[in-house]
Amino acid sequence: MNERADGAIFAEDTDDEIGGHYDGQYPIVIEGLKNAFGDQVIHDNLSLKVRRGEILGVVGGSGTGKSVLMRSIIGLQRPLEGTIEVFGKDIVGAPPEEETGVRSRWGVLFQGGALFSTLTVAENVQVPIKQFYPELTPELKDEIARFKVTMTGLAPEAASKYPSELSGGMKKRAGLARALALDPELLFLDEPTAGLDPIGAANFDNLTRELADTLGLTVFLITHDLDTLYTICDRVAVLADKKVTAVGTIPELLESDHPWIQEYFNGPRSRAAMQSALNARGVDSDTGLGA
Amino acid sequence: MREWAEARVEDAGGRSTVILSGPMVISSIGHLDKELRAMTAPVQQIDLSGIGSIDTVGAWTVWRFASQHDAQITGATPEAERLIEAVRNAESTADITPPRSSIFIRVFEDVGHKVIEQWHGTVRVISFLGAIVISFFNSVVHRRFRMRALVRQMELVGVASLGIIGLMSFLIGIVIAQQGAVQLEQFGAESLTVNLVGRLTLRELGVLMTAIMVAGRSGSAFAAQLGTMKLTEEIDAMRTIGVSPMEALVLPRILAAVIMMPLLGFYASIVAIIGGATLSELALGIPFFTFLARVQEVVPMYDLYVGMIKAPVFGLIVALAGCYQGMQVQGNAEEVGLKTTQAVVQAIFMVIVLDAVFAVLFTKMGWA
Repeated sequence: MNERADGAIFAEDTDDEIGGHYDGQYPIVIEGLKNAFGDQVIHDNLSLKVRRGEILGVVGGSGTGKSVLMRSIIGLQRPLEGTIEVFGKDIVGAPPEEETGVRSRWGVLFQGGALFSTLTVAENVQVPIKQFYPELTPELKDEIARFKVTMTGLAPEAASKYPSELSGGMKKRAGLARALALDPELLFLDEPTAGLDPIGAANFDNLTRELADTLGLTVFLITHDLDTLYTICDRVAVLADKKVTAVGTIPELLESDHPWIQEYFNGPRSRAAMQSALNARGVDSDTGLGA
Repeated sequence: MREWAEARVEDAGGRSTVILSGPMVISSIGHLDKELRAMTAPVQQIDLSGIGSIDTVGAWTVWRFASQHDAQITGATPEAERLIEAVRNAESTADITPPRSSIFIRVFEDVGHKVIEQWHGTVRVISFLGAIVISFFNSVVHRRFRMRALVRQMELVGVASLGIIGLMSFLIGIVIAQQGAVQLEQFGAESLTVNLVGRLTLRELGVLMTAIMVAGRSGSAFAAQLGTMKLTEEIDAMRTIGVSPMEALVLPRILAAVIMMPLLGFYASIVAIIGGATLSELALGIPFFTFLARVQEVVPMYDLYVGMIKAPVFGLIVALAGCYQGMQVQGNAEEVGLKTTQAVVQAIFMVIVLDAVFAVLFTKMGWA
């Protein structure tokens, strides 16, 4: 333990969970979750466990509450019933102060990027850093902002641009840079490839996979993009009938006889996506040779 | 207590080695980073074998230090090596804020921009007014009048504000009567309170206060609504479908304000007179209906005309400022707030300036 005069100030009033590290098997454990808006029940008795280090794709028809599920986990939506544990800590009942410990350990990319419009991209990345680690020197904060921006595949010059000067794909990358600002263990992505062109979407998929592998992230990824599912997700969770109907790898899901899953994965778009994913790995989809 | 990352320097055979220990993560690196930055003596080697966990910020700090001293990194775990490799490839020296010129240049630049902007702004307001007039005639000629939108706006501008304007005017009537009576009493002219309340509210305050209230309620709403619609590209969508935003959005709002302002101004004046009458009944001993009858005798008809001529002009100014500023929004959410504020400030300012102009004008006309 350090006995520095200036260090003590921070150490005294800071939750020791800030920047902690989770070694358990399931960073997210949801049990018996119930969400409703008025009479409309979105989730009923929903349970889900996310494994450490995996990219979990979450799919479901429109209105099945994929985003609501994500909002529940990150504490933006208070569920009616059930427990949600993130890094082994209860999120639902936790007082806000205790939540901050957890907040420094996850990053969230919202659908539209949700960048702060009055700040430049680099300043956006620095917001969470300044919030949690005011003791860092300005030089280091600037350097962090720069390399995060570059790591997410943006041109270095984009750091000084305002969100209104960026294209949709660039906004997503900037949002990702902000989500990764604190080197989180857990990353939430809400439809990261929606609205991107196929090349941009494929690049973003690769980037996600690469970052997840390099940084050892656990990724909770909501998507409609079948290519994303086939190419980068370790497992897929299917939301239907107000709960997680099935979780597993795509071959496992294909064996399910749930009508929605069958329709989803056996539709023409899905078959095309699977074919191209397998081609990329040099496997023949009919014979399975070359796997 | 948090555990901090630490550094120790060891010299062996003319080679100095920096030995790092503790968790090299963003939450614990603050002090180490300062220490390393302050270190100027040459370093040949960095030993990472004693560190705990490491993240990109830790990797960056190590790599930056290593490249600054041209030092060798030893004892790195595969994870640390991977992260150092990743941040090395992501190094950049780009600016993180847009470049700023020196203060002397900026001052002149800003002043120049303001002057030019003022001129452009004037031109734009005039062309906006022209566009409104054109679209008004267009919609009359083509009989494309948006009656529903107009009625809806009239409801929002007029009917919905009856309560607040009524209350405000009633209180103003009371205050004028009460304050006036105190002063006039000194001359034994208490009965002139009636003249004061009647003429002042019909001529000036009824319309003026209403205009200010409408600027605050509706002018700001116009600016915020149109501004948000511009941000969400609704207005662009309208244009592509062939619907003129001028006709569909701006015209109904302007007309609603122009039509409702005289009605609201008249209503406000009447309520203020009732307020004055109520007070004089309760505090001055002039009976309520006597007060009203006296108003009829002492207030010349042209006082009403003065108010009613000013009202639609004020309505036009308020709605014009609101719609114009709303349509000027571009870029981000902050703009909406900014333009909304500007709409209200400009509207109130212009209303008061025009009120002064009208005062001189009507006096010259003999409607004193």
